[in-house]
Amino acid sequence: MIPSAFDYVKATTVDEAVAALVAAGEDAKILGGGQSLLPVLRLRLNAPSTIVDISNVAEIRTITDEGSSLLIGAGVTTDEVANNALVKAHAPLLSMTAETVADRAIRHRGTFGGSCAHADPAGDLPTAAAALDCEFVIAGPGGRRTVSAADFFVDFFTTAVGPDEVLVAVRVPKTDGWGAHYEKFNRTAQAWAIVGVAALVKVDGGVITDARVALTNMGPKPIRATSVEAALKGQPATADAIKAAAASAADGTKPTSDVHADAEFRSHLARVLTGRAVATAAGV
Amino acid sequence: MTHISATVDGTHRQGEVEPRLLLVHWLRENLGLVGTPIGCDTSNCGACTVLVNGKSVKSCNVLAVQIDGAEVTTIQGLASEDEWHPVQKAFKECHGLQCGFCTPGMIMASVDLLTENPNPTEEEIRDGLHGNLCRCTGYHNIVKAVSHAAAEMSGS
Repeated sequence: MIPSAFDYVKATTVDEAVAALVAAGEDAKILGGGQSLLPVLRLRLNAPSTIVDISNVAEIRTITDEGSSLLIGAGVTTDEVANNALVKAHAPLLSMTAETVADRAIRHRGTFGGSCAHADPAGDLPTAAAALDCEFVIAGPGGRRTVSAADFFVDFFTTAVGPDEVLVAVRVPKTDGWGAHYEKFNRTAQAWAIVGVAALVKVDGGVITDARVALTNMGPKPIRATSVEAALKGQPATADAIKAAAASAADGTKPTSDVHADAEFRSHLARVLTGRAVATAAGV
Repeated sequence: MTHISATVDGTHRQGEVEPRLLLVHWLRENLGLVGTPIGCDTSNCGACTVLVNGKSVKSCNVLAVQIDGAEVTTIQGLASEDEWHPVQKAFKECHGLQCGFCTPGMIMASVDLLTENPNPTEEEIRDGLHGNLCRCTGYHNIVKAVSHAAAEMSGS
């Protein structure tokens, strides 16, 4: 399978990339690692007139310690996110989620920023970003702006990034002292998540003092299970209390039915996996 | 057309390519390196795995223009002049193949895995190779081959 012909622009700075997008119009696509874009191009699900390659933009390839947060360039690979010492130490939810993405070869080229900007509802990294309350730094013709995770993910494959904008970096607040776990259910090793759950839990003296839970593939975008988060606060960190709180994990979600699972099964998975993710994060 | 140059299996290669040309097509059709097969063409099976700057990639899922300036190693660049790579030898000795179609990708993915983890457990081998599909062997002898290669390479 061969992609449709396109014009290719290799940008070396963020400004160059934005200028190329402005010049190309709405029909342009950004190429980062290309691990989501290439299948789309080969299957001709999309045939952009121009591809703007940002993989050589040095600014987006770094991870910076900002004190209370890490600034992860949009072009940092999934493999780097999984193995980077800073990420492992201060945002272990992100590194452990990255480890579950696809396979080694895909992780070597696919990027954290690209996964978020692609916004596949079955993507794992967007869910971790939602649980971590990440901020997204977006550059456009008018300069740069920062968007919260709650506002960044808009719909199926749709984010706050406009057609003439580039995702530059993701700011990941440090979660030192929180327990973390990502629990994913899929049918084969490298398949997309049928459902996934990212959990962050703070436990003090055997009591859950704070919790964040986000769901993969339970709707068109990552969903925070706010009722579970509220139910967990103040509960003892025990298997029974966590299971009871997880019972509301599917409330307010809109899972799809497809060949892999119907909506009812997805809802069941959300409850079960939430229980497991929270329990593991809480060390229960 | 876009000009690219890269070191492929130790040899400097360059040429004008259409931006839409896939790396695997550049290797096979422009450079004649047909040791790298096209399996699924959907980035699932891993048969087309090569190393780019030492790390495994699925060459059907990368544009040739993306490897401009990089160092690419295919299955044809693994052996030295007179000796197979230990992973190649191990696949032969452990019969880590039947039809052989997935073998170039399996070997390249194994080389990549052993670079990062020279002494993997069986579980780590299975996890490390889960992006490479084999429809013949049931993976048993492939896992054995990687273990065998790891032992050979570490001298134990």
